[in-house]
Amino acid sequence: MAIEIESRTSLSDESGRGFDELVVNIGPSHPSTHGVCRVIAHLEGEVVVKAEPVIGYLHRGIEKMCENRTYMQIMPLTDRLDYVGSMYANWAYCRALERLADIEVPERAEYIRVIVCELQRIASHMMGVGASGADTGAATAFIYAFEVRERVIELFEELCGARLTYNYVRPGGVSVDLPEGWIERCRAVVQWAPDRLRELDDLFFGNFIAAGRMKGIGVLSAEDAIAWGASGPVARGSGVSFDLRKDDPYSVYPRLDFDIPVGENGDSFDRSRIRLMESIESCGIIEQALEQIEPGPVKASGIPRLIRPRSGDAYDHIESARGSLGVYLVSDGSPRPYRMKVRSPAFCNLQLLSKLAVGHTVSDLVVVLGSLDPVFGEVDR
Amino acid sequence: MRQVLFGALFGLLSGLAIAVAALFGVWWERKVSGRIQMRFGPTQAGPAGLLQTVADTVKLVLKEDVTPAAADRPIFKAAPLLVFAPVALSLLLIPFATGFAPLDSGVGMLLFLAVPSVAVLGVLLGGWSSANTFATIGGLRGAAQMVSYEVPRTLSLLSLVVVAGSLRPTVVMGAWHWWWLPLFAVGFVIYLISSIAEMNRGPFDLPEAESELVAGYFSDYTGIRWAIFMMSEYGAMLAASMFGAAMFLGGTNGLPGVLGALFLLLKAIVIATVIIWVRWTFPRFRQDQLMAFAWKVLTPLALVQLLVAGAVAIWL
Amino acid sequence: MNEYISAVHYADENVSSLEILREKLRAASPGLYPFFSIEFADGVLVVAPSNLHTAAAELKELGFQRFGMVTAVDRGDDFELVYRLQSDRFRVGMFLKTKVPRDEPVIETVTDLWPAADWQEREVYDLMGIEFRGHPDLRRILLPDDWEGHPLRKDYHDDSVIPRPDYI
Repeated sequence: MAIEIESRTSLSDESGRGFDELVVNIGPSHPSTHGVCRVIAHLEGEVVVKAEPVIGYLHRGIEKMCENRTYMQIMPLTDRLDYVGSMYANWAYCRALERLADIEVPERAEYIRVIVCELQRIASHMMGVGASGADTGAATAFIYAFEVRERVIELFEELCGARLTYNYVRPGGVSVDLPEGWIERCRAVVQWAPDRLRELDDLFFGNFIAAGRMKGIGVLSAEDAIAWGASGPVARGSGVSFDLRKDDPYSVYPRLDFDIPVGENGDSFDRSRIRLMESIESCGIIEQALEQIEPGPVKASGIPRLIRPRSGDAYDHIESARGSLGVYLVSDGSPRPYRMKVRSPAFCNLQLLSKLAVGHTVSDLVVVLGSLDPVFGEVDR
Repeated sequence: MRQVLFGALFGLLSGLAIAVAALFGVWWERKVSGRIQMRFGPTQAGPAGLLQTVADTVKLVLKEDVTPAAADRPIFKAAPLLVFAPVALSLLLIPFATGFAPLDSGVGMLLFLAVPSVAVLGVLLGGWSSANTFATIGGLRGAAQMVSYEVPRTLSLLSLVVVAGSLRPTVVMGAWHWWWLPLFAVGFVIYLISSIAEMNRGPFDLPEAESELVAGYFSDYTGIRWAIFMMSEYGAMLAASMFGAAMFLGGTNGLPGVLGALFLLLKAIVIATVIIWVRWTFPRFRQDQLMAFAWKVLTPLALVQLLVAGAVAIWL
Repeated sequence: MNEYISAVHYADENVSSLEILREKLRAASPGLYPFFSIEFADGVLVVAPSNLHTAAAELKELGFQRFGMVTAVDRGDDFELVYRLQSDRFRVGMFLKTKVPRDEPVIETVTDLWPAADWQEREVYDLMGIEFRGHPDLRRILLPDDWEGHPLRKDYHDDSVIPRPDYI
C-alpha cells in the first residue's frame, strides 16, 4: 500500500534506556481526499514526534509558464491553481491585473463577482468539511456536504458551462452576463442551503464521537497563527479575527452586512466548524447581493485584446476559502508578464502541519491535515 | 455415526447460511446506506439491484490470488478460515424456532459467547502473517478491541441467564415476558454496541479503516480471501441480530414452526438495520477512546444491569 | 446604473493609511524614512541588502507583524527580492524591496522575525537560487532534491523547455 518503513533508528534518553523511533512514509497517493501530499512521520510508539510534509508532486511550473503567455492566455492557468475554488483564483489574478493596467470594473460585474465568489466559498468549504467527515469515518456527512456543493456547481454549470474550472472572472468584469432566471434559481439555492447546513452541523459537529476525534487535536495559539502566517479559517479558528473582506475591504463588500465566525480553542474542531459557519454567512451575503444587483454592463469596454499594462508591479489579494490569496505581477510594458507570483494561503498554512501534529497519533495527523484543508494545485503551483 | 453426519450437514448449512446472509446483508446495507445518503444504492444488477452481490462475488473469485512474498504462507491462508469457522458454529446455537436450535446445548449461552473469541486469533494471525509492520499493529489493535468488548457482552447476556434460570438458549427464549423489555433495555443496548465492536464494524472499525492512512490487518488479502473476511463479518451480524432478537426481544414468542422462525427473522432484520444505520451515522472512534468506552462506560453499566437482574431474580 | 468601480477604488483609504504610516515612519525610523515612497496607492521601501534585516525588524516593531510573501524577480544583472508585509494597526500592506547581485545571491533570512517566511524562502531558493543566510533548513521544496538548476531564472534551459514562437 502507500507505506514504506524507511528506517528504524535506536535512540536513547538520558537514563540510557533505549527506545525505537519508527520512520513511516505516508505516501503521496492515499485514499484520503486531500491530494498528493507526502508526510514523513517519525513515530515513537504511537506518538508522532516529527511530521514533515513533502510537497511538489503537483508542481507544474505555472509561474514560469505565465512568463511566456499573454495576460489573457494566463486566465485558464489560474483556474488550475486552486482547482476547488477557480472563481476566486481568477478574481485574485484579475484584481492584480486591473491594478497594474488601471482597468475599471462596472458595478454589476463587481456584484456578480461577489455572488460567484461567495458561492464558490460555499462549494469549497463543503469540500473541506466533507473531507473532515470522510477522514473521521462519517461518510454520510461527506455526502450531505456534497449535496450542497452539487447544487452550487449546477448553478455554475448553467452560468459558464463548466463544473470545476470556470475561467469566468475576466479582467474588466466577467465573461458573460447571468442567464435568464439564474438569479431566481440562485436565490432558491441560497434560501434552501442554511437549513441543510445547520442539519449537517448537528449531524457531524454535534456528534460526541466527532468532538472526541477533533477537539483538542492540533491546537494552534493565536500568536503562533500570526507569526506563522496562517490566514483564513486556520487563523480564525485560533481566535485571530482577520478577514480581508472586513480588514482590507475590496469590491462591494463594504455595502454588504455579514459576520466573521471566529473560534476559541484553535483546534481542528474549531477550524472545520468555522468553515461550515462561514458557508451559512455566505448564503446571507449572496442574498443581499442578489437584492442589490442592478442591470448594466458586465465587462469594461475598451479593453484591448492584448493588454499592455504600465511598466511596474502590483500586488492584490482577496479572501479565498483558504485564506488570503494574493497575486504579484511584474510588467515591463510588453503583453506578457515579466514575473507572476501567487501567494498561496494553502502553502503558508501547510507549514503548520509539522508543528500541529507533534504529540498526537497518526490518525490525528490525518485529522489535522484535513482541518488545514490544503489544495495541492495551489500549494505546488 | 448419525450424529457425525448430522453435524456435517448442519455445518454445511451454516456455511451456506452465512453466504446467503452476506448476499442479502451486503445488498440491504447498500440500499439502506444509499437511502440515508439520499441516493438509490444498487439498481442495475437484477431487480432492485438484488444480484449486485452475486456480480461482486464473481468478480472477487476471478481476482488473482496474491500472497506477499515474505508472508508466512500457511498461517496467511488459514487466518480467514479461523475467523469464518467460529461464526459458522455460533450460528448453529441460535434457537430458530420455538424449542428448536440446530445445536441445542445445555450451555448454549456460554458457547455463544466463547466460540467467537476464537475469531480473535484469526484477526491476530491475519495481521501478523502479512509481512507488514502496520498490519501487525492493526491486528493487535483489532484483537485488543474484540477482547475488551467481550466483557460487557457477556455481562449483559448473563443478566438474562440469571432471570431465566438456565443456560439453554431455547429455555431462555421460552421464559420471555413482556416486562423483560424495560428491565433489560440497558442490557440490550450494551449487547448491541458490544456486538458491533466485536464485528470490527461501524464506529469501531479503526483497525480496518486504518487502511485509509497506513495499513489494516487484512490489507494484504485479495479476492476470495478478503471475501471470506467480509462474509464472516456479515455472518456475525446475522448471528448477533438473531441472537439478540431471540433473547432480548422475545424471539418467536411461542409461535409454532415456520411462522415463529419468520417472526424471529423479521425482528433480526430490524436489528440489523439499526446496526447499519449506526455505522453510516457516526464517525469512528480512535483506539484509546474505543477502549475507554468499553472499560469505563459499558462494563460498569453492564454490572449494574446484572445487579438489577439478580435482584429481580431473587424477588421472583 | 452605470457606476464604475475602479480596482483601486479604495485606494483613497489606502493612501490615507499610507500617509499615516509615512508619518509614523518619519517619527520612529528616521533612517528608513527617505527610502519610503507611495506609488500607485502602494507603499514601497527600498533598502540595500545589508540593511534588509534591520529594516524588517524596524517595520515589525512599527506594526507589520503579518508576513505576506517573499519572492524574487530576475532582473538580469541582479535579483530583486520583494517582500510583502501586512499591518493590522495601519490596515494596509506594503512592499519591502532589495537587490542582490547575480554572482553572489546571498541575503539574510527573516525567519527569526517571522517564522512564516520559512517555506517561502525555501521556495525562492529552490526556484531562483538565492541563499538565505541563517535559514534553519534551506533545501529544495517544490522540485526533487537532485534537480539541477533554478528554473525561474531567465537563463534557465533544459531539454523540456521549448521556445515559444513569437506570433505577435
